[in-house]
Amino acid sequence: MAERSFAREVEDLKLGEGETFRGEGILAITKALLQSGVGYVGGYQGAPISHLMDVLADAEDVLDELGVHFENSASEAAAAAMLSASVMYPIRGAVTFKATVGTNVASDALANLASGGVTGGALVIVGEDYGEGSSIMQERSHAFAMKSQIWLLDPRPNLESIVKAVEDGFGLSEASNTPVMLQVRIRTCHVHGRFVAKDNRRPSFTLREALENPRRDTNRIVLPPASFLHEKEKVEKRWPAAVEFIKSRKLNERFGPDQGEVGIILQGGMYNNAMRALQLLGLADVYGGTAVPLYVLNVAYPLIDDELAEFCAGKKSVLMVEEGQPEFIEQSLAHILRKRGIDTRIVGKDVLPMAGEYTTAVLLKGVREFVLAHAPRLLGNQSPLPDPSPVLDDPKVKALADVVPARPAGFCTGCPERPIFAAMKLVEKDLGPHHVAADIGCHLFSILPPFNIGATTMGYGLGPASASAFNVEAAKRPISIMGDGGFWHNGLSTSVGNAVYNKHDGVILIVDNHYSAATGGQDIPSSRAENGRRKTNNGIVDAVKGIGVKWVRQIDRTYDVGRMRDTLQEALTTAEKGPKVIVASSECMLNRQRRVKPLVAKAVKEGRRVVRERFGVDEDVCTGDHACIRLSGCPSLSVKHLDDPLRDDPVAAIDNSCVGCGNCGEVAEAAVLCPSFYRADVIVNPTGFDRILARVRDAVIGFLQRRRDARRIVFPA
Amino acid sequence: MTRSEAPPRSPSADRPISIAILAMGGQGGGVLADWIVTMAEAQGFVAQSTSVPGVAQRTGATIYYVEMLADRGAGQPVLALMPTPGDVDVVIAAEFMEAGRAIQRGLVTPDRTTLIASTHRSYAVGEKEKPGDGIGDPGAVMEASGIAAGRIIAFDMEALAVKAGSVVSAALFGALAAAEVLPFPRDAFEAAIRAGGKGVEASLRAFADAYARARQHLPAPVTRTPPKTLPALPETLGHPELDRLVARIRGGFPAGAHALLMAGVRKLVDYQDLAYAGAYLDRMEDLLRRDAAAGGEARDFAFTREAAKYLAVALAYDDVIRVADLKTRGSRFARVRGEVGIRDGQLLYTTEFMHPRMEEVIGTLPAGIGRWFEARPAVTARLDRFVNRGRRVRTGTISWFLALYAVAGMKRMRLRTLRHEREMRHVAAWLDRAAAMLGRNYDLAVEVVACRRLVKGYSDTHARGEAKFDKVLSALPLLAHRGDGADWLRRLRQAALLDEEGVNLDGALKTVATLES
Repeated sequence: MAERSFAREVEDLKLGEGETFRGEGILAITKALLQSGVGYVGGYQGAPISHLMDVLADAEDVLDELGVHFENSASEAAAAAMLSASVMYPIRGAVTFKATVGTNVASDALANLASGGVTGGALVIVGEDYGEGSSIMQERSHAFAMKSQIWLLDPRPNLESIVKAVEDGFGLSEASNTPVMLQVRIRTCHVHGRFVAKDNRRPSFTLREALENPRRDTNRIVLPPASFLHEKEKVEKRWPAAVEFIKSRKLNERFGPDQGEVGIILQGGMYNNAMRALQLLGLADVYGGTAVPLYVLNVAYPLIDDELAEFCAGKKSVLMVEEGQPEFIEQSLAHILRKRGIDTRIVGKDVLPMAGEYTTAVLLKGVREFVLAHAPRLLGNQSPLPDPSPVLDDPKVKALADVVPARPAGFCTGCPERPIFAAMKLVEKDLGPHHVAADIGCHLFSILPPFNIGATTMGYGLGPASASAFNVEAAKRPISIMGDGGFWHNGLSTSVGNAVYNKHDGVILIVDNHYSAATGGQDIPSSRAENGRRKTNNGIVDAVKGIGVKWVRQIDRTYDVGRMRDTLQEALTTAEKGPKVIVASSECMLNRQRRVKPLVAKAVKEGRRVVRERFGVDEDVCTGDHACIRLSGCPSLSVKHLDDPLRDDPVAAIDNSCVGCGNCGEVAEAAVLCPSFYRADVIVNPTGFDRILARVRDAVIGFLQRRRDARRIVFPA
Repeated sequence: MTRSEAPPRSPSADRPISIAILAMGGQGGGVLADWIVTMAEAQGFVAQSTSVPGVAQRTGATIYYVEMLADRGAGQPVLALMPTPGDVDVVIAAEFMEAGRAIQRGLVTPDRTTLIASTHRSYAVGEKEKPGDGIGDPGAVMEASGIAAGRIIAFDMEALAVKAGSVVSAALFGALAAAEVLPFPRDAFEAAIRAGGKGVEASLRAFADAYARARQHLPAPVTRTPPKTLPALPETLGHPELDRLVARIRGGFPAGAHALLMAGVRKLVDYQDLAYAGAYLDRMEDLLRRDAAAGGEARDFAFTREAAKYLAVALAYDDVIRVADLKTRGSRFARVRGEVGIRDGQLLYTTEFMHPRMEEVIGTLPAGIGRWFEARPAVTARLDRFVNRGRRVRTGTISWFLALYAVAGMKRMRLRTLRHEREMRHVAAWLDRAAAMLGRNYDLAVEVVACRRLVKGYSDTHARGEAKFDKVLSALPLLAHRGDGADWLRRLRQAALLDEEGVNLDGALKTVATLES
């Protein structure tokens, strides 16, 4: 169950012909799939496409009604392999994942798929995690498209265009027997907009029909000699077919005057921000009117040579707006023009930066430079451009650099992974620092303050594999970390199996929070919740033992910092050889709160006895050293200044967002910090026995307190 | 290739209204963006919002961006997906440092931008993890806002929202309505909240309160630290012996030190008893004499003032007796009830997380016995195995309360304990060192006193504090003769409070070692 419910959005998936869909880009794509008669959908969650998976998971009844099969794939490779259903059968299939990390994992299947080709439309929707807000390495999906010859769509970032791209994508795929990749950037995935819906379509050919009437054709299988034929077929048949389809359906768009001294060629995804830059320069208006001819590549690959040549011919120069590097399109453009003897000057990465996101500010600067150099008359009487530099140059504004703190993402309030790293810090104090191989997932926040733990990340589920070289005699063992998500994604074989087989002597810490938490709390095989549609409750410990690990420890409450510390210490020091696997399990607090809160509220309402826990700090006891914060970083554990003139440093303070996870107290106890923390247990709807006991306790304690207070010298307030 | 079929026309001068919202994960920035879009669409505008949630959802800083344009039937507008620096009409910051971040990003410019910011602080890990006081100065953000923003609406919207039972996004929405920068009436805003359907009543309350507050145009001063309470010396405290102490302060000390001395007396009477506070004043009188002899009057008795503060803190060292006393007080029980927000019919129990070690036990024993144990590490180690473990102390139960109550009752024996002996030795050495410096380098002597700030905490933290204290003062021989010696010692102290391991301090000490004499 994902952390967000899409019950309302599911209703939008049912919209029919002529109705207006309003909502997020990624949900519009989901609707477009159903309108296109898709037969099956798979994928692996991850920003920015998690919502596509989540909404489909919540929309199973809509899918059942249409006869669409939906699957939460075990990994991007599994998702891509799923598209093989479209190889022999005329079934439209779509899979989704984030790029480029997902594309990396999927590339084996994608390359095989692209080699043999497809019969039914096969669409790979990639959420391009590039630029601000990205959590991955900055690379381009474009390279994947080129190397496997998968066509790449990069539509203009408005809902109508991306919905159309889904429909066109299936058509293009079928016309050219080639899988098609649809690239959507982070902001496009989350853009709120509208489009006019069509009726959903049932698949014209069903998976069931395929199963009951199997087909095979060895020419579609990647094995010599077919594989050699595939390559020829790619360039001789499929490519020309694709070019013909793109041309005839006019997938690329032109805007502005037919002729012009200069023109701009741009990726579809760059359109809106480029238009804003032109508008600010007085060369365009907000309704899409432009004084500069534009050629918009809604299909980023393959390029349509004729269209490019025609656009460039007669122009003095063109600006190529291509985000990311290397500049594949710009290079191709140069090649195309050179071959045809067109001497239009190509400007691109010389006025625009080679690397980094093309924000409106970046585009504004680049486009201005281009126009000033090549068609200055267009600019006419230049209106003043937005310019924050006078503000930014002010010393008072510059002074902010010393004041405004960095605020990276971190563990949530009450996160069960926090005590794991607190325990690691305590072990570090005893045994010294170790080489720690980190992995992908929320637990990677350990690399940031206050924990500062973790040396490398090599990919999802690859943490332990990335420590595999460190299998030599040494006074210290390597520690590697992997989440439950990574474990099932491929860590079981690639990391744990590898360690067993190679007799690796390191410590493998598997952080199990019962969900794929970083991507939005989707279920995974070891999730503890019952899920009617999936088989959950497959134990990680069972899997680890099954693959041959002998030394396994399961900790079912990560908040037990002392036990976490002792177990880690044991793993690091035991004489036993081979991988030492610790499975540290506690439910993701974000999801736990979402699950438990309504239950507690209901119980309280019904008058049942409920104990609510939260933590507090006795400010007179706290001395303001903040050692507790250095072992926590919990958002609810903060500091406050006192008005006591004798106190310099702010004391620790816990705010009302505390969920009572217990980490503060456990850490204070295990690290022997200070006795400032208390846990407050609030008994709501106490029983009669509770009340009697409390009365007796209050009587005794109250008597003693009054007795001592009477002797205390009290200052008037 | 398709061609846009629209006939050539003169470009439209229409410009969208742009709004950037800076928030942290969990602050409801997305909800706020949704309200704005819902409202704009209901009012016949085309609106577009974008965000980059990703991992920023997990407590990080993130930005939501909204553009809107009246739908005049002129066609579908092309709206940008991100703010352009210098081209933003409204910047909404859900926390005050995020307003600073917006300014740094160039989103706030005087010709265009209305800045709506909540002045409350939510401290970043980097600020609160410092062993000292690492909190950033919000005054700098206020100053920069004065340069950057065309208009500022800033007040503590978080507190206001919490009071109304809602979250900051609702209050920000109220301030946005009050700013009248969007061409929509107030009821359009409220309709958007109602359309959202969640926590509507509380949101509307916070909205209305913020709306009213924003229209009052009251200044909202921001400070990094709230002012310290330093009341003037009272005429009488209604207790003859207390009044005698007050009279001693009034008659024997310069006026500038009165408030701090009074605070010290209060703390020590509460910590131990009247006699203990009297002994504090005895020591202070001695220090004042030495201060005066060193020409302290010309410096407004800075040495005495600093000593009044840090000696009181040093004499009220944190020990198990103190902790037991504080934890068992009736006033503490009442305070926790208030903090947790106990309602009628609910019961409250607290559990304390304590980890006593043999060191603490020995420290609480009479000095002679304590030393006997210390001389026998094997015995101590064996006993430590029984003592040294985490204890969950349920203070609200009779047995645990009695145990703590008994420990608190050991206050009478405190001045004979080994711990007290040790603390007093440290205090004496520290003050002697400081006072000895008075004649040579007055300012440096004052800074030596202030270095006592480094000694704080319990167990290892306390030991680390003392080690840092010693390390900082180890530079004294290099600084005693320097006119700027006091500045250097202050820098060393500040460096010691920057990180736990003392990396910054080591660096600063190296610098001091290279100073030319």
